[in-house]
Amino acid sequence: MRPTAARPHRTALLTPLVALALAATALTACGSGSGSDPDTVKISFKQSTDNSIKVMDTYLADIKKQFEKQYPGKKVELVPIKAPDSEYYTKLQQMLRSPKTAPDLVYEDTFLINSDITSGYLKPLDPYLAKWPDWNQFIDTAKSAAKAEDGKTYGVPDGTDTRGLWFDKGIFKKAGLPANWQPKTWDDVLAAARTIKQKVPGVTPLNVYTGKPAGEAATMQGFEMLLYGTNDGTTDPLYDTSTKKWIAGSQGFKDALSFVHTVYKDKLGPDVSDALDPNIQTYVFGEMLPKGKLGIALDGSWLPQAWLKGSGHEWPQWSQELGLAYMPTQHGQAPGKVSMSGGWTWAIPSKAGNPDLAFDFIKTMQTKANAEKWYIANSGISVRKDVAADPAYATAQPGIRFFTDLVASTHYRPAYPAYPKVSTAIQEAMEGVTTGDMSVDKAASSYDDELKSATDNQVTQR
Amino acid sequence: MTTAPRQAPGPDATASAPGPALTQSAHHQSPRNDHRTLRRVLTHLLPLSPAVILLLLFLAVPIGYCAYIAFTDLQLTGQAHSSFVGFANFRTAFKDTEFLNAVWLTLVFTVLSSLVGQNTLGLALATLMHRASKPVRTLTGAIVITAWVLPEVVAGFLLYAFFRREGTLNAILDWLHLPSQNWLFTLPILAVSFANVWRGTAFSMLVYSAALDEIPQEITEAAEVDGAGGWRRMWHITLPMIRRSIGTNLMLNTLQTLSVFGLIWVMTRGGPGDKSQTLPLYMYEQAFQNSMIGYATAVALLLLLVGSLFSVIYMRLLRTEV
Repeated sequence: MRPTAARPHRTALLTPLVALALAATALTACGSGSGSDPDTVKISFKQSTDNSIKVMDTYLADIKKQFEKQYPGKKVELVPIKAPDSEYYTKLQQMLRSPKTAPDLVYEDTFLINSDITSGYLKPLDPYLAKWPDWNQFIDTAKSAAKAEDGKTYGVPDGTDTRGLWFDKGIFKKAGLPANWQPKTWDDVLAAARTIKQKVPGVTPLNVYTGKPAGEAATMQGFEMLLYGTNDGTTDPLYDTSTKKWIAGSQGFKDALSFVHTVYKDKLGPDVSDALDPNIQTYVFGEMLPKGKLGIALDGSWLPQAWLKGSGHEWPQWSQELGLAYMPTQHGQAPGKVSMSGGWTWAIPSKAGNPDLAFDFIKTMQTKANAEKWYIANSGISVRKDVAADPAYATAQPGIRFFTDLVASTHYRPAYPAYPKVSTAIQEAMEGVTTGDMSVDKAASSYDDELKSATDNQVTQR
Repeated sequence: MTTAPRQAPGPDATASAPGPALTQSAHHQSPRNDHRTLRRVLTHLLPLSPAVILLLLFLAVPIGYCAYIAFTDLQLTGQAHSSFVGFANFRTAFKDTEFLNAVWLTLVFTVLSSLVGQNTLGLALATLMHRASKPVRTLTGAIVITAWVLPEVVAGFLLYAFFRREGTLNAILDWLHLPSQNWLFTLPILAVSFANVWRGTAFSMLVYSAALDEIPQEITEAAEVDGAGGWRRMWHITLPMIRRSIGTNLMLNTLQTLSVFGLIWVMTRGGPGDKSQTLPLYMYEQAFQNSMIGYATAVALLLLLVGSLFSVIYMRLLRTEV
């Protein structure tokens, strides 16, 4: 169509209307749905935005086949949501609001499950779990991952993840560092990075995710891996469970920020502009590590998933080229190592049409054989005792033993409804010290201010 | 717009027989006239009614609902019930430095990319093309329009690739032995403004090409004969004659630019920090990352307000005819 200048008056009146229409529809957009069919169980899950990664799709297609065979006359409809994490949550929450759009079974991140429970989006599973013998195979921390403040359980975890230090043995050799490297304190980590910087020019010594562009990766793989190593190892440094208040003004917080500040000020990390690139995570596992451009990466147990056959970044020899070390506590205090865990659970929406059938699907997914298949396929860390003890699982992939052992000394985030906002505030503080726009003290105090508004003043000073 | 119905003739203007009334001549006053008017109004309105109903359903209702939500503390998640909070969301917005920063950046982005960039460049291109030979016109038109028809996200990725540290722009600068830098990091708002100019100039160019085509050639020729140079002709003849198009174009551009989201999201995600976080991105962060739907909707209403403010200014500009 060729826009012309004729009759601008009419256009003038129309335009604000069009603008209003666009704004209004954008804000109230919602999907349409049909009522549920009693014989069909609808399952929503997160599909990778990387077209070459089909781990979840393949696994669910297999379970669907098994389920339809086991329950004749019943059908499974898979409803993939192709989106990055944060957009997946949003889409899911919009679907959960209405019985028309709510699926029967959803894949929920433990990061947001408490928030969705508070909203009344999910159904307590206790009646089902009581009658399900396999539930006893789940380790206690995992059972609590989807437990709400009301004491009820709202999800069945399908694994967890842990975090640690990945290092490039080739770079370490050139720098004269040991191939069985295991730092005991934060200073050991920084010292190794400094040695790399000095002896192996042209590579990035150490990556610590930071700032808002990296999102939750900055908070969890970056900041919390430091913060949870600052105190005695038993109390939560972010949230005081006894008073149910968030902790402000702690020395540990400043120390963790100070570590991030040092990494970027001393140019031990990636160039600041790369560190704050929204695609930094893909860059780390897709390019920096496989191409030998990164000495040490503070990252998650799931990395090998990206290097599997047919994943687009195939790197089968990673286990010979990379070493693994625990992230140490600040001064080497007990328990000596730090890990954070999250993971995903299968949950049933409160507005689901076929909750019973949905739980039957969970049971099919969580037979020992299927669970094991899943852990191995997605480089997941088992939360089931029977699978963890199975030699077939432990030897399926290099690194699994290392990361499964970390489950004993791991921490879960205080994933209460305010957590996403607290996480953003942490990312902002990190970004301030990363760019050097803020001193550590200034960033910590602006975090304290943000914390107050993010948590409705539910804050305690430490 | 429908034509205004003729005045009813007075007290005797009640119902009468249907049918032949329509065939009577227009100036012939009769009691039937009123009925005819009614019929005429109906025949005009009836075909419009589906549109009106659709407008009400898909425009008025959602806008009304949005306006309502803006006064509540509705959250996407983490809340069992929402409640009415009056003007609290608006007060929070004006106290929030991030919001004020977003307003400022939105204005910078709009002025740079829409008012200055797209508008001026579009006019310049249209003027040059007006005089160019047909092949040149076609070729330039095709290139510029390609940028316009590209989906916002695709354009975003293209320009991300252009501006990033290992991107095309730095490759060119290196080749010229000029210092390179990460543009998306050092000058994010300029980079996204440039991207918007790149993408949206075609629209202005089309509007102005059409407007220039409508200027009678005799006037330009007469001015030329009178000895007016290129700049004077532009200033005294062309610009005043296409004034209405300038207004329309400015308004369309501005409203479109105010709502740009995908382009900035893909290129910088509003960062680094909040250095390219315009109002739509701020809204998105509040609504979908912090789950504060009520607050974000209040911000959306404020954005609509900014849009209508611009519209009013341009409409005034349009009203003063030459």
